[in-house]
Amino acid sequence: MGLYNDTVMEHFMNPRNVGEIENPDGKGTYGSPVCGDMMQITIKVDDSDKITDAKFKTFGCGSAIASSSMATEMIIGKTIDEALEVTNKQIIDELGGLPPVKVHCSVLADHAIKCAIYDYAQKHGKTYKGLEGFDPNADDDEEGHEEA
Amino acid sequence: MRQVYMDYSATTPVKEEVLKEMLPYFTEIYGNPSSLYTLGLTAKSAVSKARHQVADLIGADDNEVFFTAGGTESDNWTLFGVADALKAKGNHIITTKIEHHAILHSCEFLEKHGIDVTYLDVCPDGTVDPAALEAAITDKTVLISIMFVNNEVGTIEPIAECAAIAKKHGILFHTDAVQALGNVDIDVHKLGIDFMSMSSHKIYGPKGIGAIYIRKGAKISNYIHGGAQESKRRAGTENLAGIVGFGKAAEIAKRDLAHHIESVSALRNYFIDEVKKNIPDIYVNGNMDHRHPGNANITFEYIEGESILLLLDSKGISVSTGSACSSASLTPSHVLSAMGIPVERIHGTVRFTIGDFTTRDDIDYVVTELKQIVAKLREISSVSKGKGW
Repeated sequence: MGLYNDTVMEHFMNPRNVGEIENPDGKGTYGSPVCGDMMQITIKVDDSDKITDAKFKTFGCGSAIASSSMATEMIIGKTIDEALEVTNKQIIDELGGLPPVKVHCSVLADHAIKCAIYDYAQKHGKTYKGLEGFDPNADDDEEGHEEA
Repeated sequence: MRQVYMDYSATTPVKEEVLKEMLPYFTEIYGNPSSLYTLGLTAKSAVSKARHQVADLIGADDNEVFFTAGGTESDNWTLFGVADALKAKGNHIITTKIEHHAILHSCEFLEKHGIDVTYLDVCPDGTVDPAALEAAITDKTVLISIMFVNNEVGTIEPIAECAAIAKKHGILFHTDAVQALGNVDIDVHKLGIDFMSMSSHKIYGPKGIGAIYIRKGAKISNYIHGGAQESKRRAGTENLAGIVGFGKAAEIAKRDLAHHIESVSALRNYFIDEVKKNIPDIYVNGNMDHRHPGNANITFEYIEGESILLLLDSKGISVSTGSACSSASLTPSHVLSAMGIPVERIHGTVRFTIGDFTTRDDIDYVVTELKQIVAKLREISSVSKGKGW
């Protein structure tokens, strides 16, 4: 018996891709300590727009850390366009489910990825369909996100 | 795996002596205390004995103690019962922002039914200012309810002063003593308390049983209606084994009080010292001079409480947290908020409560694990001393 399922616990206890990439191609931070969760994601992108590495640092609860770990794992090896298709729902599914009050942790991870990609796009003068209408400074609310 | 329970303010294990006393009342002396044959009368005398044991712990007369289902019922009874009994006199209740939800949510309910409630602020150390209490009194005030010991930060409130102020103004005074019972020397008559809520499972007794102290003559309406149990004040067939267990736990608490306070607070102080020595960037919340002997409420900067709780749990260590992320409502601790602690620090707050079965060796184990856990989470965290919040 625990708060979370085995997959979430495994990613929380042994998180993948913890850290910060030096000279990243994109860096995004989302959330705030006041809300109890803040994620930073750094990415490395190669010439063919493929994410070759992603690392995270997260202030937050068990599911925030597990979501960050899973999210970074999911985007490594994907192209930017593919990574932008990752939804918070997919993060939840890969984690085998999150308790309803913790769904926002997956939203945070999804947003943090988009923030990092947005930063990459800005720095490299690129535009992506998946970033249309995305505002990295938008308030953290769950409207418009798929609930688990 | 090694198990270290450090959440004695949540609940306590039932002591062997208590359990042994209770067992015959399930299978042998199971009579209804209202029945008039020997089996019933024997049960009834067990209830009387337990009532005496509880009364003795708090300096009350036996007929001032009424058994309830626990602290929450006693709190509800007091608020609803006094509001009803004194509705001709007034409709104002004064309490504090740091009360248990059993008080706060009952007050919120009463507010929907025409009662005005003042929620007093507290000082940064978690104590109520008696002057602020006096200033809040109006000619409509019928009840003042201030907890004896806060459940999160362990602060012992100035109950004698507050009760004296209530008395001076002719207002009834209630205290939720769920955390104080068995941890602080309580004499209800000397303190001038009119109503007091108590719970058995915080003093090594069983769950689902508690009591209320009602000073002889203090006006209060009944809350649970039905049969003639508890001198027609609280209906419902008695939780016989529970009452017997609570009585025994109260007797032990009284017998061992001085030793309990001394040994538990010594261990708690050792724990806090060790944490301070081993882990940087921590804050101990709440007044250290007037404090529950077992309480250590500690903020670990740059990390979040639920993560600490989960990793401690993976090492067999049980604690609780004021972090919002661990609660279903996602709102951070109202107690720490009322003390003016910044929200980001509240998220990183853990409550350790030590009790009679905690050993020095347990403390050493917890500190060793805690040190590694805090370091690990700080490594993962996106905030740090260098980066700041």
